[in-house]
Amino acid sequence: MGKYMLEVNELTTKYITRQGEDVYSVDHVSLKIEEGKSLGIAGESGCGKSTLALSLMGYYFAPLHYTSGEIIIDGKDITGLDPDVVRKTVLGSEVAYIPQAAMNALNPTRKVIKFIEDVMKAHEIKMTKKEIREFAEQRFRQVNLPVDALDKHSVELSGGMRQRVVIAISTILNPKVLIADEPSSALDVTSQKVVIKMMKDMMEMGLVRSMIFITHELPLLYNVTDDIMVMYAGQIVERGSAKEMVFDPVHPYSRGLMKSILVPEDGTRDVKLTAIPGTPPNLKRPPAGCRFADRCRYATANCRYSGIPIEEFAPGRTYRCLMPVEQLKEVYASEDQQ
Amino acid sequence: MKTSNDRIIGQEIVDDRESVTFGANRDKDFSQEPMCLSGRGVTRVFRTGRITTVAVDHVDFDFHKGELISIVGESGSGKTTLSKMLLGLLEPTDGHIFFHDKLRDISSGHKRRQYWKGIQAIFQDPFSSYNQFHKIDSVLLDCINMRGGKSLPKDQKIEMMTEACSFVNLKFAELTNKYPFELSGGQMQRLMIARIFLLKPDILLADEPTSMIDACSRATILDMLLNLRNETGMTVIFITHDIGLAYYISDSVYIMEHGKFVESGPADKVILDPQAPYTKRLISDVPKIHEAWDLSTVG
Repeated sequence: MGKYMLEVNELTTKYITRQGEDVYSVDHVSLKIEEGKSLGIAGESGCGKSTLALSLMGYYFAPLHYTSGEIIIDGKDITGLDPDVVRKTVLGSEVAYIPQAAMNALNPTRKVIKFIEDVMKAHEIKMTKKEIREFAEQRFRQVNLPVDALDKHSVELSGGMRQRVVIAISTILNPKVLIADEPSSALDVTSQKVVIKMMKDMMEMGLVRSMIFITHELPLLYNVTDDIMVMYAGQIVERGSAKEMVFDPVHPYSRGLMKSILVPEDGTRDVKLTAIPGTPPNLKRPPAGCRFADRCRYATANCRYSGIPIEEFAPGRTYRCLMPVEQLKEVYASEDQQ
Repeated sequence: MKTSNDRIIGQEIVDDRESVTFGANRDKDFSQEPMCLSGRGVTRVFRTGRITTVAVDHVDFDFHKGELISIVGESGSGKTTLSKMLLGLLEPTDGHIFFHDKLRDISSGHKRRQYWKGIQAIFQDPFSSYNQFHKIDSVLLDCINMRGGKSLPKDQKIEMMTEACSFVNLKFAELTNKYPFELSGGQMQRLMIARIFLLKPDILLADEPTSMIDACSRATILDMLLNLRNETGMTVIFITHDIGLAYYISDSVYIMEHGKFVESGPADKVILDPQAPYTKRLISDVPKIHEAWDLSTVG
């Protein structure tokens, strides 16, 4: 077993609204990622995926606030550090974060090389401009990006290229954890494939030592990550290997998600898509019991009574439900037969 | 619509049983149905200074009554330009569009409005589809008025609006007096479908209606479009870049590249046995579940 690149224990963060209300968007999340492994996070809009990504960096700014829990990156606890220290010593070098629509982050009046110089300067790395250029050229060659892109402005690059450039810039300091939040959702399928290939190559070359990949496109997660974790209303509801999660989900919510997969393959047309009814709960007043109970067709009175702990039922597989795994599987099997 | 399986969840009534109409009209041969919209040599050229861009290049198409057609292509392939021409928002530079076997005539404002009674659209961005100063009631009332129901008694209008909302699993009583921005993206898009349900046009053009909605709500929207087609027999033209989605929903698929249709035919044939190299590439670029995703083809 490799060593853990990222260990998160019971991390809880909240948003404080202008009215002073607390919104618990990440609630006691624990996860571990080994070196060289990738973890996918799935869930519908508003279930806390992006907030979790932000919280994992240890860099909090209003309205997001840290409440409790710890984040350990490669053995180093980064919780409770001063924001300035986090910015200089953690962001970029330990954790790199690619937000949604990252490609729009490039200032159109500056050349790509300038952004790389900025990264070096912000981390107080003593390198001359010439050294930085040599370093950048070497990195661009390594990840199959054209070296002349360094002297271009972002508007001269296509969408897919811009996204790849952003990824190359944000990982220039070889981060231990790369957090990619929907890195390819704004791209068409061909550019998406190129971006994904680049990220996988970077993992293989060891430029990035572990990865968290967030998206609601499950076929993509299935093909990119080793493990998949499903989030619902700020909590983890299930985790397992990509294959187990897609073909053998246990939690009713995960199963609902997997039923919404659409791929151009034989058989897609014959299966009726089933949507999960209803909407996620309001996290200002999260339900006392299972957060999914209102939308779950198997929910009983017990589910609403008190919080449900997350349980490990097989090596590497956890779920958050009162119903035993065997019972859930039986119900699913009989449903599938109908 | 309300059945014993409906449960009240949060703010909405939700029907969590499979709809009975799914599967109806699947694998039906639409070529015998009357023609709804067709085009011959439809072309659109944009000129800026000396630069000429042929956005849509001599395309032919036949859309039959009750058929669900997908037009699939990447960004910049001309899908949106074609859809604008179909809607009559943009004049073709060359070629002809036939509506119910007659040459389409939208030369005057009156004729154009008449045409729009027959063709309606749902756009990609539900957030910009509504006038934020108008309440939801007025959005739906406009549709009743447009169908000539202006003089109907108020009760009947409310009944019609309630029926339309329940068709898309929304509750009219809770929507009345609300503004569009108080709804979620998925709800807005469903309200758009409720509009179409009231208007009952011959053709619905849906331009990427699910691309801004997450995968879970997507299923709801798609099933509602299928139900709409099955219940009202309207022709649905679905424009998308997602080939998996197109395969699920449509009877016929048109693949578009650089303004031309490179391949068209029944969904099963085009997706499972693609002939054109572009279609093959498009399908191979999509991550799949049962087949391996070959990343080595990336240059």
